[in-house]
Order: sequence, then C-alpha cells, then structure tokens
Amino acid sequence: MPAPSTEVIQGTLDLMILKTLSLQPLHGFGIGRRIEQVSQGVFKVNPGSLLTALQRLERAGLVDAEWRITENSRRARYYALTRKGRRQLRTETTDWRQRAAAVARLLKAEG
Amino acid sequence: MSLWRRLTRGIADLRDRTRRDRDTADEVAHYLEQLAQEGIQRGLAPEQARRAARLALGGETQVREQVGRYGWERGVASFLEDLRYAWRGLRGDPGFSVVAIVTLAVGIGGATAIFSAVHPILFASLPYPDGDRVRAIVETHPDGSRGAATFGMYRGLSEGARSFGALSVFRPWRPTLTGPDHPERLEGQRVSAGYFRVLGVPPSRGRDFTEADDRAGSANVAIVSDALWRARFGADPAVIGRQVTLDDAGFTVIGVMPAGFENLPAAAAVVWTPLKYAITDGRAWGRHLTLVGRLGAGIETDAAVAELNAVGQRVVREQRPPTYDARVAWSAPSLQQELTRDVRPALLAVFAAVGLVLSLACVNVTNMLLARGVRRRAEFALRAALGAARGRLTRQLLTESLLLSGIGGGLGVIVAALSVRGAAALTPAGLPRSEAVGVDGSVLLFALAITTLAGVTFGIVPAAQATGRDRLAIDRGSARIAGGGPRRVRGALVVVQVALALVLLVGSGLLLRSMRRLFAVSPGFVATDLMTMQIQASPLRFAEAGATARFFDEALEAVRRVPGVAAAALTSQLPLSGDRDAYGVHLERPPAQRPDDDREIFRYAVSPAYPAVMGIPLRAGRMLAADDRGDAPPVVLVNESFARRYFPGVDPIGRRLRIGPVDGPLYSVVGVVGDVKQLSLAGGVPDAVYTTTSQWRFEDNVMSLVVRGRTDVASLVPAIRAAVWSVDRDQPVVRVAAMEDLLDASAAERRFVLVLFQLFGAAALVLTAAGIYGMMSGSVAERTREIGLRSAVGASRAQVVGFVLRQGARLTLLGIAIGVGGAVAGSRLLEAMLYDVSRLDLATYAGVAALLAVVSLIACATPAWRAARIDPARTLRV
Repeated sequence: MPAPSTEVIQGTLDLMILKTLSLQPLHGFGIGRRIEQVSQGVFKVNPGSLLTALQRLERAGLVDAEWRITENSRRARYYALTRKGRRQLRTETTDWRQRAAAVARLLKAEG
Repeated sequence: MSLWRRLTRGIADLRDRTRRDRDTADEVAHYLEQLAQEGIQRGLAPEQARRAARLALGGETQVREQVGRYGWERGVASFLEDLRYAWRGLRGDPGFSVVAIVTLAVGIGGATAIFSAVHPILFASLPYPDGDRVRAIVETHPDGSRGAATFGMYRGLSEGARSFGALSVFRPWRPTLTGPDHPERLEGQRVSAGYFRVLGVPPSRGRDFTEADDRAGSANVAIVSDALWRARFGADPAVIGRQVTLDDAGFTVIGVMPAGFENLPAAAAVVWTPLKYAITDGRAWGRHLTLVGRLGAGIETDAAVAELNAVGQRVVREQRPPTYDARVAWSAPSLQQELTRDVRPALLAVFAAVGLVLSLACVNVTNMLLARGVRRRAEFALRAALGAARGRLTRQLLTESLLLSGIGGGLGVIVAALSVRGAAALTPAGLPRSEAVGVDGSVLLFALAITTLAGVTFGIVPAAQATGRDRLAIDRGSARIAGGGPRRVRGALVVVQVALALVLLVGSGLLLRSMRRLFAVSPGFVATDLMTMQIQASPLRFAEAGATARFFDEALEAVRRVPGVAAAALTSQLPLSGDRDAYGVHLERPPAQRPDDDREIFRYAVSPAYPAVMGIPLRAGRMLAADDRGDAPPVVLVNESFARRYFPGVDPIGRRLRIGPVDGPLYSVVGVVGDVKQLSLAGGVPDAVYTTTSQWRFEDNVMSLVVRGRTDVASLVPAIRAAVWSVDRDQPVVRVAAMEDLLDASAAERRFVLVLFQLFGAAALVLTAAGIYGMMSGSVAERTREIGLRSAVGASRAQVVGFVLRQGARLTLLGIAIGVGGAVAGSRLLEAMLYDVSRLDLATYAGVAALLAVVSLIACATPAWRAARIDPARTLRV
C-alpha cells in the first residue's frame, strides 16, 4: 500500500458507516472492508472502534441490527440504515462538504 | 426516541448480561472468521489465515472488552459489583456492621421522626391556596405588648387598606346544639363575612357568608364542618336549608366545609356564624377580636404594612376611639408565623438537638470505619498492588459507607414511622397542625438527603485515610507501624464527640433546672384537691332578667350540697385554662383627662367565695361578700401587682375605677389579694380585678366551677355533674379537669422539649462513651509494642495506666473546652424556654463537664487496664 494507513477520526467514522449502509445492509466486517476499499486504503478501520461505533449508532436509533445465520451456520449481525439514519446522513454529508470546502480554501490561500 | 432506546437497551443488557456478552462474542468471532476467509481466498492455508486474522484483529478478548464497555449501564454494573463486594464485606464483619447500622438507624430515625413532627408546623406551607398570603394583622403597643383587634378598626382598615383582597375579624363561639340527640356544646367561631375568602377555601356544599348575612338583624345562618355534618346530620346532602338549634335559637345551615379543610385560626371549630356587629355597638371598639387578611396578589409585605399603619393612624385621628392612642403600630406576619410564634423556639431547639445526635452518630461511625480501615490496610495494599486505581478504591469505600447509611437510613425511616405518632402524642396540646404529622413524601426526601449526606460525610475521611498514597505501600507487619495519621484523625473525632455531647447535655441540664424552678413557682392559689369544669346558661332560654344569675346560683348551691364537696365557687375565667378575658381599666380622674394607660387587665366576675375556695390570700382590706349585690355600691378586689402599678405608695382601699367602657360604673377598691398566674406558670404576673357576678354589668353565660373536695375530688365529678343537671338538664358540663393537670399542662411545652433533650442527651452520652472506648482500645492495640517497650525499660504498671488515661484525658478536656464554647453559642436557641435559669448557668456547665469527664474516665479504664497487662517479653520477641 503506497499511502500510510490512517486511523479514522472519531465522528467521520460514523459518517462513513452511515454512507456505507445507505447502499445496502451489511455486517461489521463488510462495513470495515468497504470503507478501506473505497478510501483506497487511506483509512484503516480498527475492529474494536468499528463495533463500538455500531453499538452507538444502534442505541441512537440511526441503524437497526438484525441477526442472520451465515452459510456455515454462524450468527452474523447485519446493520441497516433507519429512516432517522438516512436523515442524519443527509445533514452530516452537507455539513462535511461545507467544512471540507472551507478547509480546502484555507489551505489554498496559505499555499 | 433514541433516549428511550438507550434506556431500554441498557436495562435489557443489565438484566441479561450473558446475552449481551454472547452477542458481542459472536459478532467478534464472525469478524474474525471473515478476516480468515479473506486470507484463504488470497491463497493462505486455513491455519495460517486464522493466525493472520487474529493478528490483524489485535486480540479477540481486547476487542470484546472494548465493545462491551460501551453503554451507560456499564457504570451501573460496576456500581452493583461494588455494592455486592461491600455487602460481602459488611457480612464478614457482623460486629462492626450491626453496631454501625444501629447507631445510624438511631441517628437518622431520630432526625427523621423529629423532622416529620416539625415539618408541617414550621416548614410546610399552610393548607390554603397561596398560604403565605394569609396574614395575621397584629397591633403592637410601644412597650411590645400586643392588643386584640377591634371591630371598629377592622371596618376602618377594610375601607382604607387596598393591599388586602379580604379582611376578616373573628372571635370564639361555643354554642350548645340541642335537638333530638343529647345537648352538645360545640366549638365554633363568629366571623365577619370575608373569613373563608381570607383563607381561600369556600364551602364544598351550599354557599359562603355574604355581607348581607353579616348585618345586625339579618336571619341566623351557619356553616358547619364536614365532621359535624357527618356526625350530627348523617352526611345528608339535603342539610342545606335545614334549621338547627344553637343556644336555643334557630339557625339555617347554608354551607358545609370540605372534608380536608383545616381551620388553623381555631383548629377545633366545627360551626361558624356571622359576627353581625355594627359600628354603633358599644362593643365596636372593644379589644376582643382577632384580625386576619389575605394579601393581594403581587403586593409586597412592606407596602401592605405601610398602608395598614397609614390607614390605622388615620382612623385613630379621625374617630378618636377610646381604646386606641397614636402609638399603636400594625404588622402583618404570615398566619403560619403567627400560629407558630410560641412553639417555634421549642421546635427549633429540638430539631437542632436531634441534628447534634445525628452528627454524633456520624462521628462514631467514622471512627469505627477508621478503625476498620486500619484492620484492612493489608487488603487495600494488596488490591493497589494488583492494579486497582486509587479512585476505584475510594469509590469502593464510599459505596461501603453509603450501603451502611442506606441500611441504617432504611431502618431509621421504619423507626421514625413507628415512633412519629408517639412523638406527636408527646407534643404539647397547643401545637398547631399536630394531626398533619406523619411520614410523607417530603419526610422521605429528607431522610434520603440526610442518609446520603451521612454516608458521604462519614465515608470520605476513612476513604481518604485508607487510600492515602503512603497507606497503600505494603507494610511489613502492620502492627509495627505506629499509624500516627489515622490515630490523630480519630483523636480529633473523639474531641468532636465530647464537644457535641457537652452541648446537648448542657441543653438538657438547663431545661431540667428550668423545669425544677418552674414547678417550684406558686401559681398563687392552692391547686391540690381542686376540680374545675365549665357550665353555661344558654342566653335565649335565660333571656328573662336575672334568669342566668338564678341558674348559676342554684347550680352552685346544688354542687355545694354534694357530699364530699368542701367548698365551691364560680368564676368567669379560670387560671391556666387558656381563658384570657382582659379589659381596660380607667382610674377615677377628671373627665377632661384622656386615659393614658390602657393596659389589659384580667377581669374576673366571681361568686364571693371564689378567692377563699381557690386559696388566694387577702393582703389588705376585705374579701367580696354575699352582700355585694347588684343594688349595693359596686366594689372590686385588685391584685398586688395592680396595686403596685396603679397606686404606688398609696393605700388602694377606697380608690375608685372603671372597668371596660369609660362611661361604666365606678367600682370602689375594698381589698387587695395575692397575684395569680392566669396565662401560664412562666408568664409574668398580669394585673387583675375581681368583682361579684351580680355587680358586673354584663351577664357571663359561661362560668367555670371550682370545687374543693374533702377527699378524692375526681371521684365527685359524676355527682357534681348530676347536681348541675338537677337544676337544668339541658346545660352541658364541659372541660372537666383537675387543677393540678392544668398546672402540668401549662408546662407541657417545656416538658416536651425536656423529655426529648434528655433522650438525646442519654444517646449522646452512650455514643461518646463508645467512641472514647473504641478509640482508646484501638490505640492500645496498635501501640502494643510501644507500651511493651516502655514496660521493658522500667515503666511500672501505674505509669502505663497513667500514660493511657492521660491520653484519654487530654482529648476529653479539649472536647470539653470546645464544647463549652459551642454550648455558650448554642444555648441562645434555648433561651426562650428557660425559666429563672441563665443560659450560662455555671452549675449546669460544671456538672455536665464533670459528668463527661467521669464517663470518659470509665471508658478509658478498660483499655488502660489492658495496656497494663501487656507482657513486654511477648511483644518484643517478634
């Protein structure tokens, strides 16, 4: 991997989980892999942080959790975005774009 | 919604921790499996793939713990763990636990019981809407004495003072209810129309009084209490409009008060009727009423009082009423303040005392916890060494002390609930709202607050001590370490205990001496073998001139003929019975001169033998005689205090004075009699005048009968009652009481405080003795080596004993010194209840200090003896 992996900043992790789940319900591992792949390895997801974040989002009512049985009859927990989660994703996305644009402008001016 | 979710999920996880653990474990295992699967897909051997996956995951257990830590319920779970651990700890040390819990239960239970007794009286608001706006309107004279309200001033203030939404005057009324049932004398009030509007509680059935009802000459109407409605009218909803006979006159019932209504100005009243005074009445300016008002919304007390004074002064200027001068001032305390004026000092003192007991209990438990902390030093050191953080240990110890105080507090509330009725029964009869005493929500809240406070207070010092940095180092044989820190703290606590106990005991001592002095006071008459009761002649039945007097004369004669009765007499008011019938007195002087002194003088209209029957001594002149009838020249007896005030240095015999209205008849003073305590044993001696009933120009239709018996006078009561009824069987005989009981009742409030102080004082003494003993024996045990060393280098047993005793004495003396300071300051609270004893009474202070010194000596004796028996050879061999 060319670029050094970066620990995901708290808060952005929630946003990335919500975004990932907006496409389809997934289990924890799947979410982590998807984030790593889409970020092209920039973000490396710590499993403990990821699962804790999922607990937090579940308690906050942004995602729902559901147990499914896998092919080799193990229990897997699948997460899906709730209506409230979808709303949250929209506002956080807008918010993030504004911040990112502002930071980008700032960096450009400095440069 | 998410809050709800957080809450329910948290609770579900708390209730079933294994499920949550399993879920987390499964999720982590699945993650791991997926990782391994990925490796296999990349071409790794399954075994290799699994190892790589575990490495990538960073430890299955750690991840599980990290995820498992999430959620508020984790804090609760660790608290529950602490609690379980604390519970095991307490069960493992039952001696300590039981003593600590009992100590706390006594302290918290006592404080809770006293709080529940004083709360409705002192702190809870009155049971009326906007209860703090209900005000007593009080007239004060320049010398600080108070005057009763007058109808004339009530009218003047009603017309002029805008600050009050409603004003009302009232006076007691004790009508006899006759009908198909037996005659019954009721407690009631004559009130001006606005009375229930002032209190803010309208009748629940029927209607309130109107101004029209209150006019002289309008039809008789009455409002009855819920209790009377149930007792006498069978809770009949059709009672409104019914006619009842009160004092032989017909009244129409127009209203029933609600069931929960508390009539605080006259708690016993069950029937009300309008006052029906007119400004033209002779009694319009007579001082015999009570004035209350409801302060208008948004009006400050200061503004209202200023207005009252302005209007009142204007009324005095313009109408020149005979019973007022320009120096009278008005104030408007809340009805609550006014009602509790007399009992407040007593209740506050008792409350403060129980607070001291609670503090003592806390100090004692602190001391015990410290001793326990010393015993557990090794345990804490071990736990610290195993990685327990200091904060975690402190939390554990605080949990323990909170558990202790929680159990103690729970027991205490039970104790309080059981004893509170007893406490209420012990309270003096005059205590307002005593029926509202009980354990309710605010009492439980109070108990919870003091329990928590106690738990934290006595937990914090031992916790800090036990987890102090140096304490957590593992000692080599803890007995070897002198442990100076905790011992100093424990010494300080003993000093505090002695000081607290001294304050309490000085309080009890002062009260006890007051009580002794008070009972040594002569009431001014001979109380033994004296029976008293009230009889009355209903005004209508005896409307014919002279009929009332005839009834009383015949009843008195009948009573005198009862076998066993030595003597009997009638009086319009009875000493120490709560009667208070006072008039203004005007000496004979040129008519142009305005009366300059309008003090209240107790007025007794009596049968001529009254002073003799009571045993009131004659100091000069003659007694009243049977010849002093209506047609004879009016004569009066004055008491010594009156003679001193009005005739200083002159012979009062032959002087003349008017009683009541300035245009009344002139009475000649024919004799001076001894002073009698009218209001209470402790109250100052008021001036008094005695006339015969036949020379008093109004007829009193309620008289008190005093009967002196040859033998046991109480056994004569049925015969006396029968004798009265032989004259007229419809006249009730009430308020039967032995004079000695009235005497006792007059000191009831002091006795109440004294009993509680003695109880608290005894508890304080026991707690202090236990504290000193615990401290000293702990100290001896810890210093076994040091003491052994002293013996080894030649200290005699006497020296060792002296060494221990000196240590105890030093702490005790320091405590006594501090306690004396506290008592000097604290006894201020008791001042109102002391009688003829200075609050700085030297004998009491010295006696209490000596008592504490002796108790401390006894408490130190066993540890000292134990120290003397320490065998140096054995202690030094270690």
